[in-house]
Amino acid sequence: MEILVCIKMVPDTAENEIEPNSDGTDIERDDLVYSVNEWDNYAVEEAIQIRDNIGGSVTVVTAGDENSEEILRREMAMGADKGILLSDEAFLNSDGKGIATILRAEIEKGKYDLILTGAQADDGAAQVGGMLAAMLDIPYASLVSSIEIIDDTRIKVGREIEGGNREMNEIDLPCVLSIQTGINEPRYVGIRGIRKVASLDIPVHNASELNISPDTVGEAGSMVKKIDYFVPEPGEGAEILEGSNEEIIEKLVDLLKSNGGIK
Amino acid sequence: MEPALIPPAKALIATIPFIFFSILIPVAGSICFIYIIYRRFIPLLKAAPDPRFDHIPLRLFHVIKIGLGQYRQPRYRLAGILHIMIFAGFVILSLRSISLVIIGFSPGFVFQGLGEGFNHIYHILKDYAATMVLIACIIAGVRRGIFRPKRYAVPEKYGHDHTTEALFVLALIAILMIAESLFGASLAAAQAQKEMYVEFTAPLSLAWFFKLMLINVRIPTLQGIHTASYLVHDLTFFFFLCFLPMGKHFHVITSLPNTFFMRLKKGNIKPVRYGVEEEDLDNLESFGVTRFEDFTWKNMLDFYTCADCGRCSDQCPANAVSRPLSPRFISIKARDYAFRHYPLFGSITNGESLIGDIYTEDEIWSCTTCGACEEECPLGIEYIDKIVDLRRSMVDSGNVPQSLQKPLRALEKRGNPWGKTENKRAAWIKDKEFARSCPVKVLGKKETAEVLYFVDSMTSFDERMQSIGRAVSKILTVAGIDFGILGKAEKDSGNEIRRFGEEMLFQELKQQNTDAIIGLDVKNIITSDPHAFNALKNDYNNLPPIEHISRTIIKNIRQGRLKLKNIEDNTRIYTYHDPCYLGRHNGIYDAPRDALDAIPGIKRVEMSKCRDRSFCCGGGGLMLFYEAEEEQRMGVLRVEMAKEAGANVIVTACPFCMAHIEDAIKVAGLENEMEVIDLSELIERHLII
Repeated sequence: MEILVCIKMVPDTAENEIEPNSDGTDIERDDLVYSVNEWDNYAVEEAIQIRDNIGGSVTVVTAGDENSEEILRREMAMGADKGILLSDEAFLNSDGKGIATILRAEIEKGKYDLILTGAQADDGAAQVGGMLAAMLDIPYASLVSSIEIIDDTRIKVGREIEGGNREMNEIDLPCVLSIQTGINEPRYVGIRGIRKVASLDIPVHNASELNISPDTVGEAGSMVKKIDYFVPEPGEGAEILEGSNEEIIEKLVDLLKSNGGIK
Repeated sequence: MEPALIPPAKALIATIPFIFFSILIPVAGSICFIYIIYRRFIPLLKAAPDPRFDHIPLRLFHVIKIGLGQYRQPRYRLAGILHIMIFAGFVILSLRSISLVIIGFSPGFVFQGLGEGFNHIYHILKDYAATMVLIACIIAGVRRGIFRPKRYAVPEKYGHDHTTEALFVLALIAILMIAESLFGASLAAAQAQKEMYVEFTAPLSLAWFFKLMLINVRIPTLQGIHTASYLVHDLTFFFFLCFLPMGKHFHVITSLPNTFFMRLKKGNIKPVRYGVEEEDLDNLESFGVTRFEDFTWKNMLDFYTCADCGRCSDQCPANAVSRPLSPRFISIKARDYAFRHYPLFGSITNGESLIGDIYTEDEIWSCTTCGACEEECPLGIEYIDKIVDLRRSMVDSGNVPQSLQKPLRALEKRGNPWGKTENKRAAWIKDKEFARSCPVKVLGKKETAEVLYFVDSMTSFDERMQSIGRAVSKILTVAGIDFGILGKAEKDSGNEIRRFGEEMLFQELKQQNTDAIIGLDVKNIITSDPHAFNALKNDYNNLPPIEHISRTIIKNIRQGRLKLKNIEDNTRIYTYHDPCYLGRHNGIYDAPRDALDAIPGIKRVEMSKCRDRSFCCGGGGLMLFYEAEEEQRMGVLRVEMAKEAGANVIVTACPFCMAHIEDAIKVAGLENEMEVIDLSELIERHLII
């Protein structure tokens, strides 16, 4: 089975303190470290497991600048066979539709049976997977928490639904699935693994190679514009506890006690 | 003159000359034995290399002290004494047994060259030795068979009980002793009846008692006993010899070599592969131990040598809290694997991955590398390197628990397991009140100092532990030591990263720290974190000398640069908890105790498990993040031990111990009876400034 996984480089929320910048146009990026979006890691692991079980290949693709090569390599160290970087000045500041347009162009150049994305990105809006399926005019399932291969043309996917329930669906291939965390346990990638794939070639495709008209992507093609970044003011009933950890814990326990949360 | 009884070499069984048997048995037995040892050797030849032929004098010293001297045996009093009795008896009787075998075809044989006097003394000695061994065997048999000490029990998941094997071997030994004594006693009884020169039997020895019992037995019967006891001795001796390499009694053969080859250095970890330089690690096909043959030959010798005594597991904190790890079975399972896959007859089967076959992932991650097992093993068996090598293989194949992946990634990106920004590493010195009273230099291009205080991640970032950093800084300042810290240039020392098998990440951090430290041109390094101390001392190279703060404190107290006032609260009773990486791995037991005792009026007690038997609090570094399957926290057991000792303050000298014990006090519900404090904090509170 030929599997493509769309991944994204994001500021690592676990390892950064995210603050909006002073003019409210973006977050403060000077001191950030980036890594692969957590959901995408699960998607890649799932793709590798499917390939290891039934054969085929796994390709990882991302739209981004040259720094994004790092996350492609990391996923290749995990076991993806191939990485493709989609990079062009014109792609900068694309909205969800723009990213889906770029990815579609790459997908149409190849022949993939299964396309996976993360359910969402730390800094995204969980829209690319659905848009991509619509543009490709193939089936789509979101928030997938299990995949079972039936044959070359059909698979069975499990989805998490409200209240901890699960539903099972049969879906035709090719299709797009957005993958939920918890579907598997992604393997660890160490420095040695990354160094082993350091010399592998990662092709870079730009707008003209992908036959993308610059005005359909990037800032020019965006239908959604970011207008502000800020930390919301504490509203009615919200309270931010301050002090050392010990003090905060003590205050929290007191609050819970006084409001009947714990006895 | 005719002997009182016909010696075996001249006797007849029916019409067959006995000499036929007394030649056949040793020849067949020796061939069998050599063949078995040859088969047992095969896996060692396929194993990974390990250069252990260096430092011969020191190695011989280990053989004499730990092997022949049985130095570690009495740590378990009764079992140890019984073992020393049997061992000493065996050493003495080896000469007798060999000469007995030779007498079978060469009557009247005596070892020449040792002198008449020696032979006389030896004759007495061997009578008592046989008696002593028999008594020890009986006590050991009663102990194993009836009292059944708990540490010999085999949990169901590890297979069947080993008591039968133990009793069987004790019986074999007893038979050897009885046969040897009967052989001599029957002759002596016959000599007495014929009023000839009576061979001496040592009073009250087994042979002496047998002689008394046989004194009126008819000569033909005595002749029968004489020949039969010889035959039984010969058969048992060679059966026992060939039975040794079948199980835990292999140690009779392998233990002296094993103590010769035992580890010489403490606190360090073996390289990924001997003979491969750090910069060539990337070219290695695989890392660590995946298949049995990836173990070193010394690892395999360890497996063969394990005597199944269970002392390692009895001391193992992971085992004590019912984690799925028992060091004893790390050895026994691997030994049985070797026996299965390298059988005495038939073809060798090359095994698959050991993880999932004989070991489980959780078993291998459960180890805190505290070193209690290695400290205890009377045969010098190593465990930490094996655990680390198994982890290296798991890490290399991406098989790492989710709970550890985040901290590992954070260490890679930010140099600390929480992923805090590098800029915050020195935030603890900026506390306003502290900064005013005790400014701390951040060393670099502008600032220099004589001494570097290597803080490490836990003390730098954990809010509670930052107070240790501040206490250390005050002590150093009061002692007049010109010091500074690395600030954001410092990375995690990586002690646990290496011990969790992520060698390449460790190498990277080590490189960054080494470059940063060398660039400072400091004369000494001081640290308050035993894990950092261990890594910098034993895993790093080419650094200035490193010292743990406990030594700095006691040195400066003795030189009069630090003066301490009377203990604040003389109603409290203090006990010192030895951190594994300060005590067992680096031998620093006295400095922190001396520093405590330097506080006038302090009352200090020892816990029953202290010094080299200290009980791990739960493990440092990445162990903080690992979610182990356990019934209980190690820290809770430790706090209970402190309570039992009558203490109400636990003093430790490690931020990880502090974290675990602090949590454990809460878990145990002892907040009102017990507290924990770091040595540096306690000293700082008592400084006369």
